[in-house]
Amino acid sequence: MTTVTNMPLSDLLKSFKLKTKQQELLIRVSILCLVYILAFITRLFSVLRYESMIHEFDPYFNYRTTLYLTQNGFYDFWNWFDYESWYPLGRIVGGTLYPGLMVTAVLIYRILHFLRFAVHIREVCVLTAPFFASNTTLVAYFFGKEIWDTGAGLVAAILIAICPGYISRSVAGSYDNEGVAIFALLFTFYLFVKAVNTGSLAWSLASAFGYFYMVSAWGGYVFIINLIPLYVLVLLITGRYSMRLYVAYNCMYVLGMLLAMQIRFVGFQHVQSGEHMAAMGVFFLMQVFYFLDWVKHMLSDTKLFQAFLRITVTCAVVVGTIALGLGMLSGYISPWTGRFYSLLDPTYAKDHIPIIASVSEHQPTAWSSFMFDYHILLFLFPAGLYFCFKRLSDATIFIVMYGLTSMYFAGVMVRLILVATPAVCLISAIAVSATVKNLTVLLRSKNKGVLTGSTKGSSSSRASSKALLDQSQPFQKNGAIALLFGAFYLLSKYATHCTWVTSEAYSSPSIVLAARGAHGNRVIFDDYREAYFWLRQNTPVDAKVMSWWDYGYQITAMGNRTVIVDNNTWNNTHIATVGRALSSYEDEAIEIMRSLDVDYVLVVFGGVTGYSSDDINKFLWMVRIGGGVFPVIKEPDYLVNGEYRVDKGAAPKMLNCLMYKLCYYRFGEMLTEYGKPPGYDRARGVEIGNKDIKLEHLEEAFTTSNWIVRIYKVKPPNNRW
Amino acid sequence: MAREKSSKDNAQALFHSLRSAYAATPVNLKIIDLYVGFAVFTALIQVVYMATVGSFPFNSFLSGVLSCVGTAVLAVCLRIQVNKEFKDLPPERAFADFVLCNLVLHLVIMNFLG
Repeated sequence: MTTVTNMPLSDLLKSFKLKTKQQELLIRVSILCLVYILAFITRLFSVLRYESMIHEFDPYFNYRTTLYLTQNGFYDFWNWFDYESWYPLGRIVGGTLYPGLMVTAVLIYRILHFLRFAVHIREVCVLTAPFFASNTTLVAYFFGKEIWDTGAGLVAAILIAICPGYISRSVAGSYDNEGVAIFALLFTFYLFVKAVNTGSLAWSLASAFGYFYMVSAWGGYVFIINLIPLYVLVLLITGRYSMRLYVAYNCMYVLGMLLAMQIRFVGFQHVQSGEHMAAMGVFFLMQVFYFLDWVKHMLSDTKLFQAFLRITVTCAVVVGTIALGLGMLSGYISPWTGRFYSLLDPTYAKDHIPIIASVSEHQPTAWSSFMFDYHILLFLFPAGLYFCFKRLSDATIFIVMYGLTSMYFAGVMVRLILVATPAVCLISAIAVSATVKNLTVLLRSKNKGVLTGSTKGSSSSRASSKALLDQSQPFQKNGAIALLFGAFYLLSKYATHCTWVTSEAYSSPSIVLAARGAHGNRVIFDDYREAYFWLRQNTPVDAKVMSWWDYGYQITAMGNRTVIVDNNTWNNTHIATVGRALSSYEDEAIEIMRSLDVDYVLVVFGGVTGYSSDDINKFLWMVRIGGGVFPVIKEPDYLVNGEYRVDKGAAPKMLNCLMYKLCYYRFGEMLTEYGKPPGYDRARGVEIGNKDIKLEHLEEAFTTSNWIVRIYKVKPPNNRW
Repeated sequence: MAREKSSKDNAQALFHSLRSAYAATPVNLKIIDLYVGFAVFTALIQVVYMATVGSFPFNSFLSGVLSCVGTAVLAVCLRIQVNKEFKDLPPERAFADFVLCNLVLHLVIMNFLG
């Protein structure tokens, strides 16, 4: 009896009496299943380490609205006026949010309940983002298959499953619009490219629905409605247009625009806003272009056609410019908003809109961020571009444009690395797949006589012809093996790096802090939730809480109290009023607080724990935003020689303003570190200047166990005698 | 004088050649073209009406105009897909797609009409 110790995989599969095509299908399906599961479980670090809770700030608003939707139904949700935030203005929630995320979560919740899984809506919210990340890997596979071939699709799915650029905004607990929106973005692009490739109305209709889902999910849909017309324009200019393009774009534009206008927050922007005019312009251009093409086809005489061409083109250009000019001059077509203008001119926000400039996610990207989020994809991206240019088709032109535009925007704002991630993964997948395919074909071509096993039919025939075209130098078989090992090494390093980054950097809930104690044990600071639950249980139901806008959503969601300003930041003057109150002396501040009916003031202080994202470090932004609306607040008053200090040498206005007093009240007696004097601020690393603080109009209500959150009650005015 | 005459001749020759080329198209395509013309004409009437009366329920105006433009565009897509020279898609499939897209279009219009 002959014993075979190492049965090759192909022989093993052959023993199950599978044909080659079925073997390939089995391998592909099993890889996709494993990638699906991997994408889900790699995002679960924080659930395993802490608990299943919602992270950060914005997700708390989304969670609160989802809760409202489950309890009150869609009609009440769509028409909801929230009087618990932005006191005394209120907020029209139904008309100022993107409902896609909430509706999706509630749909999943209802399906699970229908199947008799009695889960709480919070669990569904926490796990929505990883679920959609898994779905994104499937879409990436199909997209890769459409652009290049199935090998590239598989590699794309694998790369995007663990890419840190995407994981950063889609971990379990990060219940934010981007978790669903990236899926919608890639899905819309896939459907549109499929529509352009097949020229079928059904696929265009599907892409219009994909666009509708994207519009309902995230404000970044503006990227789609500008990239697709740009792509159409590039195809028209380079002469690659065809009838399929006409069918795909027109159906998608008209139906997509109509569907998008059903979302109240978007409203009529598709016909009135300057940011959406490119799509309309390209729509009309297409009609003219294809009409001329049809006439040229009908006329046999070119001279007549030239005359006709001249007349039509001049008419169209004149009418177009008149319409556009009238629209812009009369103000009917609104100009580009500051949010998008700052993408083209990165210095715009710093000078004109301090609120946008103050968000840390909106800063320009450093090289280290790129390397951190992309690792080897950073150099595979240009390699992939090379392969795309070698085999230009409608689909590869699209992915190249998507990649280049999104990389530009990723360089302008850190937050937009997320939008570039699918393009980078797809293009890198093309590079990896094409290279590995060429190398393995070289290997196999030497062994053709020896190998009796199956040559994976569908992929290698095209690859072998490509390999004959691609190879410019004769590779030795050893060289090919060495290069394959090198590729394998790089990809395994990528996987290690991604898992490490996910575990260390992107899995912290931000609302619960952790540190290492003196003996190496883990110490958890749960101060935020402690403070919010204190608010919930110990204050009157109609109490109003004033704090900086960062904490607004969390206070309303967990503390269940009315706030003055929150993260929506729609009213700059209201935020500036709060900023002014916090930067003024106590006597001026109490006037403002009484006019806003404030009952409690909440500040975040990191001096005892060394927590550096506290209100004292954010204070200069409060001054700038307040000073932007009220010129009485001047930033130089709080600085000494341009330097921001809190110790003895600090500016007198700084030492006596409300924020300083509230943060450092009773801190002067506190011993924070061995060998340092009392009142040593561990976050700033200095001993504070004003230790003897007396509060006249406020009294301390609650300070959490590590002094991170401090709540003060506004005292009612004194009796007259 | 001669130049004006030649440009007028040019325009006439253009017009005649267009007319003769168009007359050669099959009848079903001409029906689709008629439908497209009707839809665009209806859209123009609506725009003129809006210009005289004002655009207050703007969503109604938009839904009316976009339904006309939408059916015109979809009919042109149908014409493209049915035309024997350009495609090898079965005409039944093209028509089914056309009906489906129109159905979705009009459902959205109904919702948007207000």
